[in-house]
Amino acid sequence: MADILKRNKALSVNPLKASQPIGGSLATLGFNRSIPMLHGSQGCTAFAKVFFVRHFREPIPLQSTAMDQGSSVMGADENVREGIRTIAEKSRPALITILTTGLAETQGADVQRNVREFREANPEFADIAVVAVNTPDFTGSVETGYAATLTEIIRALVPDAKDAGTCPGTRKRQVNVLANYTLTPGDLEALRDIFEQFQLRPVFVPDISDSLDGCLTDEDFSPVTIGGTPLSEMTTLGDALATVVIGASLCKAAELLEERTGVPTVSLDHLYGLKANDALISALAEISGRKVPERIERQRSQLQDTMLDTHFMLGQLRIGIAADGDLLGAFVDLVQEMGAEVVTAVTSCNVPLLARIPVASIKIGDLEDMEIIGKTNKVQLVIGNSHAVDTAQRLGVPILRAGFPLFDIIGGYQKTWVGYRGTRQTLFDLANLVINYSHEEIPVYHSIYAQKPANELTELHSSKALSCH
Amino acid sequence: MKSTKDIAALLDEPACEHNKKEKSGCAKPKPGASAGGCAFDGAQIALLPIADVAHIVHGPIACAGSSWDNRGTRSSGADLYRIGMTTDLTEQDIIMGRAEKRLFHAIKQAIDTYAPPAVFIYNTCVPALIGDDITAVCKSAQELWGVPVVPIDCAGFYGTKNLGNRIAGDAMVNHVIGTRDPDPLPKIAAHSGIKVHDVNLVGEYNIAGEFWHVLPLLDELGLRVLCTLSGDARFREVQTMHKAEVNMMVCSKAMVNVARKLQQQYGTPWFEGSFYGITDTSQALTDFAKALNDTDLTARTQALIKREETRVRAELEPWKARLKGKRVLLFTGGVKSWSVISALQDLGMVVVATGTKKSTEEDKARIRELMGEDTVMIDDGSPRALLKIVHDYQADILIAGGRNMYTALKAKVPFLDINQEREFGYEGYQGMLELVRQLALTIESPVWDAVRAPAPWKKYQDAGRQKSLPALEQEVAHG
Repeated sequence: MADILKRNKALSVNPLKASQPIGGSLATLGFNRSIPMLHGSQGCTAFAKVFFVRHFREPIPLQSTAMDQGSSVMGADENVREGIRTIAEKSRPALITILTTGLAETQGADVQRNVREFREANPEFADIAVVAVNTPDFTGSVETGYAATLTEIIRALVPDAKDAGTCPGTRKRQVNVLANYTLTPGDLEALRDIFEQFQLRPVFVPDISDSLDGCLTDEDFSPVTIGGTPLSEMTTLGDALATVVIGASLCKAAELLEERTGVPTVSLDHLYGLKANDALISALAEISGRKVPERIERQRSQLQDTMLDTHFMLGQLRIGIAADGDLLGAFVDLVQEMGAEVVTAVTSCNVPLLARIPVASIKIGDLEDMEIIGKTNKVQLVIGNSHAVDTAQRLGVPILRAGFPLFDIIGGYQKTWVGYRGTRQTLFDLANLVINYSHEEIPVYHSIYAQKPANELTELHSSKALSCH
Repeated sequence: MKSTKDIAALLDEPACEHNKKEKSGCAKPKPGASAGGCAFDGAQIALLPIADVAHIVHGPIACAGSSWDNRGTRSSGADLYRIGMTTDLTEQDIIMGRAEKRLFHAIKQAIDTYAPPAVFIYNTCVPALIGDDITAVCKSAQELWGVPVVPIDCAGFYGTKNLGNRIAGDAMVNHVIGTRDPDPLPKIAAHSGIKVHDVNLVGEYNIAGEFWHVLPLLDELGLRVLCTLSGDARFREVQTMHKAEVNMMVCSKAMVNVARKLQQQYGTPWFEGSFYGITDTSQALTDFAKALNDTDLTARTQALIKREETRVRAELEPWKARLKGKRVLLFTGGVKSWSVISALQDLGMVVVATGTKKSTEEDKARIRELMGEDTVMIDDGSPRALLKIVHDYQADILIAGGRNMYTALKAKVPFLDINQEREFGYEGYQGMLELVRQLALTIESPVWDAVRAPAPWKKYQDAGRQKSLPALEQEVAHG
């Protein structure tokens, strides 16, 4: 539906996009005892690490193949093999992902071959899963890097039903949940709670609520993730009742999982807003064969009440959103459900979902584009990451912080957006941001004949210069 | 792309003590066990604080996308440096050889939109590998549009952050410094009756605005800072650096090549110093007076030092009682260890061990002088090694770079950030007061007891430490 406006300038100003290896790393970090290794120069890893540390305020396991001048020119096969070997020896992780960067891809790396060579040369590390993924910086975004990595992890670790003897429904309560990058640790915890109310056991793939949720453990230090989806769970996915997929970006991963296991898929684009959550709850009721629990019914009514309370502030509100595809789609649905208008939609790269997002046009670009289009279209509120705070300030409008990275607030990584309760809180937050701004105030008028006290009149003269509103 | 010869020339730094060793200071990184940034990272850190320049990162999104708007450095006015700019190269640009063309237009776009006094182009791995000639692009852009366009050839794979600092310094010496003479002294200077001397600070980044603790003192003494490379600097200031009478290398040797080359080309003497701690701040001011060889300045400097030291020591007194005897593990990167050691010793704190990975032999000698012969010097900065020393030497606090913050916090150890990402300024006499406040804030915090004590229903103390990893893993998985 949306008209997709391609990039039409040479310089990207105030980038919205982060690169594919960041997304690939995030997907990896949702598995237990895992570590991503970026195949590139040291800086690729250092920047990605800082990116995550500032967002999650957690130590982040992340390694590098440390390409230098020699290996960049002469070939870096040995860097990959040596890197895997070193991590395997030092940390004995369960999973290592090798994620390529722009440098490695331009040079012409073949990481899949490197992994095979490592396997042949080092049978002693056969128990460590090593998954290579092509995630060059010069295409895609966090969203596509995350999806590609999850797909490859499934390809490597989920066995074919025939070979493994799995059968859908053997585990009568298990539901697999393919979780996209928009789901925060707080979201996954809320989802677990919802599933459990239906007496279902969700297996999140991946599960950053168990690895990046800011938990203080007894262990002083770990070079790999503590928590996340255990790799052993990957062989049980074929026995589940169903797979719930959250995020259009994961459609390839979902197709592959269903092809491998035969477990039926329920696809949801997101879990923001009443309609989206109704779809989830209906699906869970059907999968579990149970009535919708009263608590959830009540939460739904609470959300409806909140929709009434907040529609005064959010109706006709002109909103600008800058986010990767899945998140953009989620927010568009949420605010349109409230009668707000999305007058500026900016995203980082073209993905199939964009065509389905019900807005007039979507600009593939950066935060400068949001600023320019937002100014033209007179946005009243901006939704974007911490980088967009300056953009909102220049536009003179409030911002709802969402997406990656969030570095200027504490705890942004664990905010709960999904479910009836998460949606309700989001509506409160949105309404509070505009409660004093959303309507244009009528300028004060002072009658030339007024009999107001003298001090009011002098105040009037001194403040005249300021009252441009 | 820089040739190996160019890189070797940059690594060969006669003014750096590491040079005398068999190997250069920067060892080859090990795949799978490396930490730290790249040459692009270093170059960007060194120059991004020049606030009115358009800084364009030429490469795919990774280099700028996850690093822009990421500095604690502050500007007193211009803020163009906070606008992230990159050519965001696509696959088509790379395959079809359109990257140079995109760069060319990108420079034009930046000039048209922001009218900067100069544009800096940071070359990164991918364009270096495909052979973009950024020097040629910069040259024609400059000729065509009449704005200085400076190439900074700093592809990540050239080497470490340190190398990147030097590449950045080199670019300034080769393309910017010496292209303009300083403004005449403002009238106000003539009224004060004191002789004004022109100086530079190299390697001062004005983190959290901390240099503004020091700058008023330099003003008072009649030292006109032509430029700080690069905290709160402007392009027009960098241009005039050749006219200083003396350069001070602040703390880190990262841009020592700038000081050395300014001495070679313009005969400007330089000295090393630091503004961390009372002792070092006073020393730096004294060294300025000494280098400028002005008896009136020397007398005024001594008077100022006496006044400031008396004032700040009085204000520190109540804090000293609280911090005295506290044990510190100091693991610094860019900031000279000995400089901070003397600041901590000023407070009566005990430095139990210090990192020396980047220190020179001369630094180490000074550390021994300050801390005694049995000082523990740490070369291995891995989280495990640091925590072991914290436990073995019963340190009350780890002072290190932001990278180690979560290492400390996860191990429930008090922590103070000393590197460039920090949010507080510790320079000068006034900065010491902020330092003690921050030290006391974390060391005396009630949260340490709260997070270290087991839950009241758990009888066993500290059992987690003895637990094997698989047991722990299970606990986490089910907890």
